[in-house]
Amino acid sequence: MRKKLVVVGAGMASGRMLEHLFEDGTDAFDVTLFGAEPRGNYNRIMLSPVLAGEKCYEDIITHDAEWYAAHDVACRFGETVTRIDRKAKVVFSRAGETPYDKLVLATGSAPFIIPVAGRDLPGVRAFRDLDDVEAMIAAAEKPGARAVVIGGGLLGLEAAAALRSRGMEVVVLHLMGHLMERQLDPAAGYLLQKELEGRGIKVHCKAQTKAILGDGRAEAVLLEDGTVYPADLVVMAVGIRPETRIAVDAGLYVERGIVVDDQMVTSDPDILAIGECVEHERICYGLVAPLYDMAKVAAATLREKAATFRPVETATQLKVTGVNLYSAGDFADGDDREEIVLRDAAAGIYKRLVLKDNRILGAVLYGDTADGAWFFDLLKKGADISDQRDTLIFGQAYQGGGRLDSTAAVAALPDEAEICGCNGVCKGKITGAITEKGLTTLEAVRAHTKASASCGTCTGLVEQLMKLTLGDAYNPAAITPVCGCTDLGHDEVRRLIRAKRLKTIPAVMQELEWKTSCGCAKCRPALNYYLVCEWPDEYADDYQSRFVNERVHANIQKDGTYSVVPRMWGGVTSAKELRAIADVVEKFDIPMVKVTGGQRIDMLGVKKEDLPAVWAELGKAGFVSGHAYAKGLRTVKTCVGSEWCRFGTQDSTGLGIRIEKFMWGSWTPAKVKMAVSGCPRNCAEATCKDVGVICVDSGYEIHFAGAAGLDIKGTEKLGLVRTEDEALEVIVALVQMYREQARYLERIYKWAKRIGYDEIRRQVLEDKARRKEYYDRFVFSQKFAQVDPWSERATGKDRHEFEPMAELSLEAAE
Amino acid sequence: MSDHHWQAVGRLDDIPLRGARCVKMGEITIAVFRTADNRVFALEDRCPHRNGPLSQGIVHDACVTCPLHNWVISLETGLAQGADEGAVRTFPLKRDGERILIDLTRAMVMAVEE
Ligand code: SRM
Ligand SMILES: Cc1cc2nc3c(=O)[nH]c(=O)nc-3n(C[C@H](O)[C@H](O)[C@H](O)COP(=O)(O)OP(=O)(O)OC[C@H]3O[C@@H](n4cnc5c(N)ncnc54)[C@H](O)[C@@H]3O)c2cc1C
Ligand code: SF4
Ligand code: FES
Repeated sequence: MRKKLVVVGAGMASGRMLEHLFEDGTDAFDVTLFGAEPRGNYNRIMLSPVLAGEKCYEDIITHDAEWYAAHDVACRFGETVTRIDRKAKVVFSRAGETPYDKLVLATGSAPFIIPVAGRDLPGVRAFRDLDDVEAMIAAAEKPGARAVVIGGGLLGLEAAAALRSRGMEVVVLHLMGHLMERQLDPAAGYLLQKELEGRGIKVHCKAQTKAILGDGRAEAVLLEDGTVYPADLVVMAVGIRPETRIAVDAGLYVERGIVVDDQMVTSDPDILAIGECVEHERICYGLVAPLYDMAKVAAATLREKAATFRPVETATQLKVTGVNLYSAGDFADGDDREEIVLRDAAAGIYKRLVLKDNRILGAVLYGDTADGAWFFDLLKKGADISDQRDTLIFGQAYQGGGRLDSTAAVAALPDEAEICGCNGVCKGKITGAITEKGLTTLEAVRAHTKASASCGTCTGLVEQLMKLTLGDAYNPAAITPVCGCTDLGHDEVRRLIRAKRLKTIPAVMQELEWKTSCGCAKCRPALNYYLVCEWPDEYADDYQSRFVNERVHANIQKDGTYSVVPRMWGGVTSAKELRAIADVVEKFDIPMVKVTGGQRIDMLGVKKEDLPAVWAELGKAGFVSGHAYAKGLRTVKTCVGSEWCRFGTQDSTGLGIRIEKFMWGSWTPAKVKMAVSGCPRNCAEATCKDVGVICVDSGYEIHFAGAAGLDIKGTEKLGLVRTEDEALEVIVALVQMYREQARYLERIYKWAKRIGYDEIRRQVLEDKARRKEYYDRFVFSQKFAQVDPWSERATGKDRHEFEPMAELSLEAAE
Repeated sequence: MSDHHWQAVGRLDDIPLRGARCVKMGEITIAVFRTADNRVFALEDRCPHRNGPLSQGIVHDACVTCPLHNWVISLETGLAQGADEGAVRTFPLKRDGERILIDLTRAMVMAVEE
């Protein structure tokens, strides 16, 4: 019969232990897993990004129902173990007794709540589990809500930054003289404080909390010095205390934590303990790296294998987006210690190494933390640094003379250098797994080595290692599925639509075995585009699969009104057009008229019901939709060119208008913006567009793959052509190639980087026959696309979109 | 006052499949959704996140994705799905053949409160 293993606490340590336990495929135990939280194991570290809205809970689940089922783990989530009877070898919970042969305590820690009046008021939260995070998010929803975070340590600051990014007014109260005094020296603490204050977070050091005030719920925090900070939410992040209650009651040997030996066994040979609830050689840990070691040792002990836990050095990083902070080891001052400090105030960099006998004892890095892993490696090895002393502080890249780039620096790391601090994974293990197991994606590396699977701050390093090991075979986007509804990636879906001649969304979902009944808001718009592009004449556009903007042909605004941007070909307008716009604005009481960055005019705040009438009026003046809402051709900006400008070489305005008139109405994977400048002075900013033309004396220089939004990137030069006709043909061919190949929502610059600039050059510039084919296919699809959506709707199409189904008066209802 | 105030608001065909239409009542807008399998739901047209007009979102299965920041709301319960937390008011709805009727008791209370 299999032995009964009961695990108390479904946290980070126990999840890892179970993985190790099942590793060799033998199932020696019937496992029952108790968790006080109403959910399974998840990556607690990542609660900070969840609070900041950068991740969602699904992203941080480490073990899901399927995993437990596959390993036959009986899950008892939401059930607290209240008592252990060591004699009878049973644990007690709400549901009664559960017997065990072996028991593992992994109860983590409890947040420390400072004993001041008002600490029990609603609105006072710790920062420990998902419930806390959800309560904080809810509090942040209230407009103008204020938060006071008590505690300026790692946890408190992550909470403060996240709440601030959600729009709350945030004050951090810290008892000590500078922030994160356990990890930082005063100078780095000061830099950090300045950074946080720059984000609008108020920091109050040496703040002694006297009471939390409020009538029925927290309303303010009162300090000993009489200061009062109003607060809708009070977050206590002052520290943690090992959760040992059931162990104490059961008479186990407990000091600050549950005392264990090197095999993780407590004073009772059948009871093990791991995680933050444990004390080993007088140390209690609060970071995951040592806890994972414990998990591994405990799993071995349970399987009656030899393993030993040894104390480890830990390094910390603050997980606040945009703040780089790293600290490791011990950096208190001391007579026998020396230090090396580098400050670059302008660049916001501060680095400090504490040395003793030519060995690194501690490191604090602020601003530039790239060398954290390298210093930490030297520290752990106790390496003698006398030879490199002069350049040590500049980091690894400066060692051995010339400056290396970051990839070369990673290449130069020894195999035993630690890359992932949380999971203690060294470089050799990662590169080894990549080659031996043929791993090609970040997810696969995470699954096999655990590197970057916890706090994620080493993801960049891991990717660099993949790049180094795999070379061009490493394609970070390799098989990312379109969305949760399918395992297929965008490219496979496109290929299969073509190969199987799939012509409707239901057909795609059926044939390609979609996992949901009718897709989701991610895949449906993508499929709709792929079908429009593939079968321009046959496919009936599914408007219900388009994002609202493309369905109603206007941009939705935050208050539910819309904006209307008519085309102004090449940015040129006339008195008649301007008059028509002025009339419409007055007639429909449109609150704002704005000149856009795309050389045209935006009318903002139009009521949805008014849209068809607004369009009808604009249509009378000859305006058509500007597609400012579309994954399609947006604007073609121009400059005044040879017609007016003393430097102009060609008719840039004319060419811009010609391109826009030729290409408007086409749907594309992501928006497409163009510009034509009349000379290299480039007044139309053509070199940061998806496609740009710079006119020169000898012809037209065609540029592509620029960006000036989320990323800024100058264009690549496609080539020079002699005539306007040729320029148009090349541009059209380029866009058609992009339309046929790119993934939905992928801008030209991303697609081009993936495909290779030379390949594109070859297909649309050099291979003239190919160019013509692309051109012809575009022209064919335009026959069905160049229909002004506004005039259609002004004359009644999709009326249901713009009118309520019913308008009821309250009296009638009564 | 009786317990229900059933009010006809339109016919099934008035609403596009996997789409929605609005019913206005003073300041309140009720979004009436129709799913791919012809089920109909009535929810307040106001996302619990930042009041986005849910009627403008993409309808998939028995959910709608808000057009402003992509929260996914269950049409059956009005609850935000996944990690998001919040609820939209739902209104009892019944069908009489093609006709759609909504119980406005709640809406009337809301209207008075506002
Ligand atoms: C109106 C305008 C700002 C203005 O007042 O000048 C504008 C307004 C919006 N931009 Fe823009 N962008 C405007 C020019 C630009 C430019 C400048 C340009 O085109 O020369 C850029 C940088 C160039 C670029 O795209 O690379 C720009 C980069 C973005 C981005 C980032 C795109 C990216 O891939 O990096 C977004 C976000 C997105 O599309 O996902 C965006 C998204 C938006 C949206 C659509 C946001 C939204 O989803 O609601 C805004 C709609 C406002 C509306 O309802 O009218 N807008 N936006 C400009 C309209 C130009 C036009 O006439 O059509
Ligand atoms: C917001 C946040 C950010 C963090 N960031 C980092 C970081 O960047 N790097 C890092 O290394 N560490 C970080 N940590 C610390 C790290 O999360 C903890 O060290 C780790 O989770 C401890 O693991 P554990 O298994 O010991 O305890 P936990 O993960 O806390 O799990 C213990 C579980 O046991 C349950 N439990 C307790 N008592 C009982 C009982 N009697 N019956 C049933 N269940 C019970 C608890 O509810 C809990 O779910 C962070 C922690 C938080 C809260
Ligand atoms: S780009 Fe050259 S030609 Fe055009 S306006 Fe500027 S200076 Fe004049
Ligand atoms: S308003 Fe609905 S998701 Fe933000």
